[in-house]
Amino acid sequence: MSKIVEGLKYSDTHEWVKVEGDIAVIGVTDFAQKEMGEITYVDCPDVDDEVEKGSEFGALESVKAASDLFSPVSGTVTEVNDEVVDDPKLVNDDAFANWIIKVQMSDASELDSLMDAAAYKAFIKE
Amino acid sequence: MAEEIKKTCLHDSHVALGAQMSPFGGFDMPIQYAGITQEHLAVRNKVGIFDVSHMGEIFISGPDAERYINHIFTNNISGFNPGKILYGMMLYPNGGTVDDLLVYREFEPDHFLLVVNAANIDKDYQWMLDQQKGYDVKIDNQSDIWGQIAIQGPEAEKTIISLFGLDCAKSLSFYEYCNSEYNGHRLIVSRTGYTGEDGFELYATLQDTVEIWDRLIKAGVQPCGLGCRDTLRFEAGMPLYGDELSADISPIEAGLGMFCKLDKAEFIGREALVAQKELGVEKKLVGIEIFDRAIPRHGYPVELADGTQIGEVTTGYHSISLDKSICFALVKPEYSALDTDLFIRIRKKVFPGKVIKKRFYQTNYKK
Repeated sequence: MSKIVEGLKYSDTHEWVKVEGDIAVIGVTDFAQKEMGEITYVDCPDVDDEVEKGSEFGALESVKAASDLFSPVSGTVTEVNDEVVDDPKLVNDDAFANWIIKVQMSDASELDSLMDAAAYKAFIKE
Repeated sequence: MAEEIKKTCLHDSHVALGAQMSPFGGFDMPIQYAGITQEHLAVRNKVGIFDVSHMGEIFISGPDAERYINHIFTNNISGFNPGKILYGMMLYPNGGTVDDLLVYREFEPDHFLLVVNAANIDKDYQWMLDQQKGYDVKIDNQSDIWGQIAIQGPEAEKTIISLFGLDCAKSLSFYEYCNSEYNGHRLIVSRTGYTGEDGFELYATLQDTVEIWDRLIKAGVQPCGLGCRDTLRFEAGMPLYGDELSADISPIEAGLGMFCKLDKAEFIGREALVAQKELGVEKKLVGIEIFDRAIPRHGYPVELADGTQIGEVTTGYHSISLDKSICFALVKPEYSALDTDLFIRIRKKVFPGKVIKKRFYQTNYKK
């Protein structure tokens, strides 16, 4: 069973969002890291890059394949988690503790279209 | 209409072992059990086992068998002894590849075993039948009644001798085989593999394959999926049909000319290969290393500094044994020399790299 954290928002492409004021902290879910297997590389945008809801902002590479990362919200990247870039396996160790980027949201109402924990749990149907 | 996905005789065992399953070559196959890295390292450092029962076994016999196989096969089977195995290809007349395969010369005169890729069994069998006219041979596709287990790694010999007493294995060099028995049925003990390590492939009846597999698992041998089979063969510089060989890629382009004996009187595709040798090829397979942890994947563009695309990646990984990002790519031949500076576009970024030798990993075969 994959771990799901209450109080977060979830996208149907398996990213999670933790809202801290107007900042969205974005990572991938435990379900996603299990599907990917051992993650070996994190491809991130740069600080100040614009991201758009539903668009690709980077990728995770496992031994097997590359998986695109999609932004659950629109806005500007304010921070990139260098620890995860340096040691991608942290995402396998704890996908919720190890966020990937932080985004200053341009439209907080976009959060409304994301799933809550219960809906995401039903979505992955484990 | 979607074709029904096939299962090997070991399918239940894979599911019971918790393998991640995925379709490959028309079969529902295990991709990984414990994880690709762990399985890869088990084969490099110790021993691992693979279900390769999806591979095809086609037996060819008859008074014209040798002449017929030399007609459809790029390598030369004349003068190679019973118990020996040869690698080579079957080609279309234009030099494109029908399949790459192994030919076993049996101990019984005029008998051969051809081992072909799972995804190509039906196509190959039909191809062989289509070329049969004028040759007195029997072509017998027994793919459905043979199971196959690959036991690979430095401890492979010790493992099969201690568990199954297969003493004939000891005297085999790489690319040789011996016949043994299991439960009174034929067991082919072949010193071959697709990993770059020493190892064996055991061909047995379906029932015996299940028993042999279960005994290996009970003895604690690491089961390995197709995920690490691909990372292992890739590091050892071996092609995978569909990536480095296809109907559009000749063995000369793939750098496999040594398995094509152009001095043979004839074989299908020979004239096309001779022309490629004389006039040059449109593309050539190279190894490329990029100086970053990003991973070049199948289909990614290979470019020059000015952004001109000159080729495409066929297989790429962050190599587990070498800890660097490397790939095979088909490029225009003028850019195939060692140390040529090339660039690979990975999503939105471009990474610099250079052409390196295709055999990335030093193989450890029994001489």
